Order: sequence, then C-alpha cells, then structure tokens
Amino acid sequence: MASNEEILTGLAEIVNEETGLAPESVEMDKSFTDDLDIDSISMMTIVVNAEEKFGVRIPDEEVKNLKTVGDAVNFISGAQA
Amino acid sequence: MPRKVVITGLGATTPIGGDVPTMWANSLKGVSGARTIEADWVEKFELPVTFAAQIATPASEVLSRVEAKRMDPSTQFAVVASREAWRDSGIEEVDKDRLAVAFATGIGGVWTLLDAWDTLRDKGPRRVLPMTVPMLMPNGPAAAVSLDLGARAGAHTPVSACASGTEALHQGLELIRSGKADVVVCGGAEAAIHPMPIAAFASMQALSRRNDAPELASRPYDTGRDGFVMGEGAGALVLEAEEHALARGARIYAELGGTSVTADAYHITAPDPEGLGATRALKAALFDARAQASDVVHVNAHATSTPVGDKPEYTALRAAFGAHLDSVAVSATKSQTGHLLGASGAVEAVMTVLAIHDRKAPVTINLDNQDPDIPLDVVTEARDLPSGDIVALSNSFGFGGHNAVIVLRSI
Repeated sequence: MASNEEILTGLAEIVNEETGLAPESVEMDKSFTDDLDIDSISMMTIVVNAEEKFGVRIPDEEVKNLKTVGDAVNFISGAQA
Repeated sequence: MPRKVVITGLGATTPIGGDVPTMWANSLKGVSGARTIEADWVEKFELPVTFAAQIATPASEVLSRVEAKRMDPSTQFAVVASREAWRDSGIEEVDKDRLAVAFATGIGGVWTLLDAWDTLRDKGPRRVLPMTVPMLMPNGPAAAVSLDLGARAGAHTPVSACASGTEALHQGLELIRSGKADVVVCGGAEAAIHPMPIAAFASMQALSRRNDAPELASRPYDTGRDGFVMGEGAGALVLEAEEHALARGARIYAELGGTSVTADAYHITAPDPEGLGATRALKAALFDARAQASDVVHVNAHATSTPVGDKPEYTALRAAFGAHLDSVAVSATKSQTGHLLGASGAVEAVMTVLAIHDRKAPVTINLDNQDPDIPLDVVTEARDLPSGDIVALSNSFGFGGHNAVIVLRSI
C-alpha cells in the first residue's frame, strides 16, 4: 500500500506523461481543470492509467468529484485501504 | 472568369525526405525510399512482403511528445507537412473565417483502430483510451490541421483511396473559386505500414514481392514490375486566391489552373483497360484550366508499378494527348517514394509544382527495360523543362474507380 506522498508522485508522473506538465506543478491543492487545464478526455486517460498503476477502481460517477489533485490522492488511498 | 488560384506554400514528409527541400533534391538525384522493415511484427506474422518505404524523419523528431500522443501517425504526418507549407507561404495575417482545410487520407487511423482493438481484447474496455475515436476518424488529419492553424472556413476530407490527395486539391480549388475561402491548406496523409494492410494488399497480389532488393522493387513501366511498394507520409500545399497572394506580395510557385474528378463505374479495383474514365478526367481538367494538350510539357504519372495499372494510364494519356504525348516528359516518382496511397497525390502535386517552378522534371528510377506497350518519354535523369509558359499535370487513380487530375501552370 502506497503512502499519500507516493500516490502524489505516481499521479504526477501520469499527469506529466499525458499533458507534459512538470511533475512538481502537480500539487495537492491544484484543481485539475482550473489550475492544470486538463480537459475531460485527458482526465479519463489519467484515471485509467491511475487505476492500472495503483490497482484500484475509480468508478466513472466518482471522477466528477475528483476536483483537485488531493481529492484524487485521497480517493486512491482510501480505495487501496 | 473564375477566380485564379495560385500555390504559395509547400510542405512534405516522405520516405525520401522529411521536408520539401530534402525530398526535392533527392527526387532530382533519384533515390529509393524503400527498405526492409525493422519491426518484430514482420517475422511474427510471417508477412509475405517484408519491406516498405517508411518515413525518412520520424514525426516524433518534429512534434512534441504530448502533441504526438493525441494523434494517429497519419495526423502527425499531416501536421508536420502543413506546418512546413504554412511557414513556407509566409502568411502572417489571414482572416481565419476565410481559411479552409481540405486534407485527405485513403485509409485513416488504422494504427489507432487496430491498437485499440488489441487493447480491448487483451485488457478489456476500461483500457481503451478516450482519444481513440478522434484519433482513428478519417477526418482526423483535416481536423488537426484546422485546429493547428485556426482555419474556420471548413475542414474537409476527400476520401477516394489513392486519388484522395489529388481530390483534396480539386476541393481546394472549388472552395476558392466559389468564394467560400481565400486560402486553403490542401494535402493528403497516410500511415498504413501496419501488418494488417500489408497482409491485405499482399493478399490481393498488389504488392511487389522483391523482398531481397527493396530499392529495386518499385519500377513503374519496367517489364520486371511486380506490384507497388507501400509508402507513408504527407504532402501539403497552400492554395490562395491570386488577388490575396498579390496583395501581400507573396512568392507564387505556380497556378493551379484546373482539376477534374471522374469515376470509372467499371470495377471496384481493376482499372478500366481502355482508361476511359481517366481519359475523361484528363480532358476535363485541361478544359477546366483552359489549356490545350499541346501546352503540356510534363506529367507526374500515377504509375504505381503494378503489372495491370501502368498500361491503362498510358492508354488514357495517349487518348488525351495524341501525338503530342511523345514530347511530354513523364515522371513516375513512386519509383522513389513508394506509393503513399491517399497522400501520394499531394506529395506528387508538390513535386509537380516544383518541376514547373524550377523547370526540372524529377527522376524515374529502376527503369531498366521499358515495357514496349508503354512507349512514353520517361524521365530517367533529371531533365530541364522549357522556358516560357508551361503546363504540367499530376494524375491519381484509386480503388473504387476514382480518377483525379490537376493542371498546373507557370506564372
């Protein structure tokens, strides 16, 4: 099971791969849409890659609740527990 | 009189050069872009054809990683070529509502489609990427070019197999003549060097089997021709209303004088042996350009190097030109580039524009024993074209009986 810090690092790598954003710009309080300018298609790609990387399932109806990077990290952390 | 349309920008990424200057220099030298394919799938599927004319400069060297990720290879090639053409045109400001795109493909995003199918079967539906449909759709290249340039007067995708790239120029001309646009970025892109299309084309006996000598495999008009060589890449041309180009003091390569598109309605793949549809296309394109057959000094032929395809084109040329055909310099540049399918017409249009502008006809390689049934004056060493007003043609024909011809004129 990964710590929140490890999840953040892994998520930042996925975001970088998909969007080219610097991994260090992917911080807990950043909004995927407003701060990182990630559109819905990129968001779904990130979600699917995160599912594979962390071995969790993120239901489609849950994705709209993942507004910030922190929301995603907490969801993944909870799903791993 | 319809509006006059001129060509002010050229771009290309091809097996014999990743940009226009490299491609053009090579085409005058006479080089082959065909090589053995270095991919594990050739052996894995025991493909009967083990070579192709692959792109000289991978798109990954030109586009950013993130940019390329969201594009099928065919769209990557389209964006690379159209950016070069746009830079080359020198256009700095343009009314984007009067800027259109006509970008063709023959097959579309076949890599994306089949990769997604593999993913579905191996990993399930959740792993099929959300970008799959926009990447595989045949209008992907046109849409990406429109997005890249901000072109809002329409983004069109003519699809007519191997005539597609030439039909894009036909469409571009119509858009400007009808007043719907002032500038149109036209072209064609193809990226189908994938095991499935290779297997399919091989299955219909369309591909050369000269696996031991790929460079010698594409040999239009030669008695030893045994099929075409798969190529990939893109060509792009900036078409502009003449008054628009003159107003900004643009460098003008040539005039796109006329075009024509006809259909054989004869057979789904076989060319009409009498070349009637092609003859009608040739005559109609000359008429559209208000040109006489006797004005024509150069033809970039479709000439794919198949045993059955090269002859009917000759028959059509003879029917359209009569005795004047003997003084027309004919180039079969697929001998160098391979057959870029839906991109071939666009790449060959770029070459024909440069032939007119530089007064040089590009080379046909591998013509060792010319088929006696095809008595054309084939250019085998770069040849000067005459000074004065000259006209040149480029032909493309596609499965489905599509015939497309463009007529270019010196300025």
